Amino acid sequence: MNHDAYDDNYIRSILNSVKSIAMVGASPVNVRPSYFAFKYLAQRGYDMVPVNPGHVGKQLLGKPFVASLSDIGRPVDMIDIFRSSSHIMPVVNEALTLSPLPKVIWMQLGARDDAAAEKAEAVGIKVVMNRCPKIEYGRLSSEISWMGVNSRTLSSKRAPIPTQGMRLSLNRMSVGGGATAASDRAAKNKGEPT
Amino acid sequence: MTDRLPGFSTLAVHAGAQPDPTTGARVTPIYQTTSFVFNDADHAASLFGLQAFGNIYTRIGNPTTAVLEERIAALEGGTAALAVASGHAAQVVVLQQLLMPGDEFIAARKLYGGSINQFTHAFKSFGWNVAWADPDDIGSFERAVTPRTKAIFIESIANPAGSITDIEAIAEVARKAGVPLIVDNTLATPYLIRPIDHGADIVVHSLTKFLGGHGNSLGGIIVDGGTFDWSKDNKYPMLNEPRPEYHGIRIQETFGNFAFAIACRVLGLRDLGPALSPFNAFMILTGIETLPLRMQKHCENAKAVAEFLAGHPAVAAVNYAGLASDRYNKLARKYAPKGAGAVFTFSLRGGYDAGVSLVSNLKLFSHLANVGDTRSLVIHPASTTHSQLDDDAKVRSGAGPDVVRLSIGIEDKEDLIADLERALSA
Repeated sequence: MNHDAYDDNYIRSILNSVKSIAMVGASPVNVRPSYFAFKYLAQRGYDMVPVNPGHVGKQLLGKPFVASLSDIGRPVDMIDIFRSSSHIMPVVNEALTLSPLPKVIWMQLGARDDAAAEKAEAVGIKVVMNRCPKIEYGRLSSEISWMGVNSRTLSSKRAPIPTQGMRLSLNRMSVGGGATAASDRAAKNKGEPT
Repeated sequence: MTDRLPGFSTLAVHAGAQPDPTTGARVTPIYQTTSFVFNDADHAASLFGLQAFGNIYTRIGNPTTAVLEERIAALEGGTAALAVASGHAAQVVVLQQLLMPGDEFIAARKLYGGSINQFTHAFKSFGWNVAWADPDDIGSFERAVTPRTKAIFIESIANPAGSITDIEAIAEVARKAGVPLIVDNTLATPYLIRPIDHGADIVVHSLTKFLGGHGNSLGGIIVDGGTFDWSKDNKYPMLNEPRPEYHGIRIQETFGNFAFAIACRVLGLRDLGPALSPFNAFMILTGIETLPLRMQKHCENAKAVAEFLAGHPAVAAVNYAGLASDRYNKLARKYAPKGAGAVFTFSLRGGYDAGVSLVSNLKLFSHLANVGDTRSLVIHPASTTHSQLDDDAKVRSGAGPDVVRLSIGIEDKEDLIADLERALSA
């Protein structure tokens, strides 16, 4: 699995198939990226579970915080890790004790741990690293185009008008695989992301 | 299954646009509105807090303009773009994100005269200091780097003489200095040169020229290459520090590889205000659909006119990188193999007076201060676009007193040559 650039169809199949997402490191502070992503994914119809031991007893947009993955008490399809690269491995280790296993482990923009990814992939879990599911969902649905962002997709079909809680079609023609040539270059220049 | 990668002409027609969700209109509608209704209070708060994608107010973003932005980002191979009112506005917005008062940037000496003025005089009052370097001497860029240098600015095909810049060599200087390379790609357009492929981090355009292409609408754009790590060394507080105007959001951390375009929108355009009219965005979008066809014709005509002038006894010299004898021909073959553009200069044996006489005797070429129109244009830079420069700076920027600049249109080349032949012998 090449984790430097993902095929759009790989990301598309994940976002189309998962229904529940546990977000490790979800923040109740409304200017943190994890709050943005949590809120957006909930609005797009995903069943969101906030995981953060520092906020147990509180709620995030109506969903009660749990302290750890094992406290969720029900199966989740995807674990979205909002922690820096050095804190990934313990979360993945805990995820591997869940039964049933999650189908996907997703590490946020800037986060990457190849050893942890290898471990998860060895038991059949799909892994995405150094990406944001909000950005990828917005890109593949072209909703992000409102911000002048290059969605790297085309479509000659009329899109429905998005409403609260509505899942958007991600079935657009992909232009450039998982990343632009330029962002591949950036990833190379940057070396190991922190 | 991976979809095939569409070609440039397909992107020029389709990128960013799809049938209108409400009406099914196939052409991008002109959303001529200042503002957009919120679904509810939470939606409004989400949009203002940058948490949701959507429209608020046309000074910050507009659906017609967004199509233009995505299309140019796609054509340039960037991650995102921001359209503004003019090419000059694009330069102000870009540098506002990069420079604090007392900071410096390095710029190539060979630039559009308006940019030289903007950098020398207008930016001085912001405390942004320009250091000039010679694009024909890469070492002059290296020597101009100081600890306060925050960016390097060049033109891919440089105004007025159509000289070609060695983008990769200057990108290497920028990389070593840890600063972004900004390339003004106006005269090349992404059809001829894609600077991000050669190491540029940010591309700016005057859309007014070949991209719009019909001389009817002003516009400018900023393309984010997605290539620069703004968090390194904490040199760029606009991108990397918590922004008080957004309750502490850090732009780079939140928006990843299109953070620069977002900073330009939410910190630059929002607060400085040079928004593009949706009507202009529509006109420019329509122009871009035929960009590949027009650029082929512009380049073919320019080469024919340059060859004619090079053989004319009244002409002292022709500066067109598409001619095999030109000093920039090697760079043109590397960077712009499809054509060396359609803006170039030549000098007349009769000097200043012959130049003035030629301009007044032409009947098809229009004497005006623009380039990149379907119509062929002529100007005498020393007395117009570059008139505010001193004599030395005029010569250094390729706009000496004997120089005439042409922007070759898409008319029949035989008619353009006949007009020049008649005017030169008049």
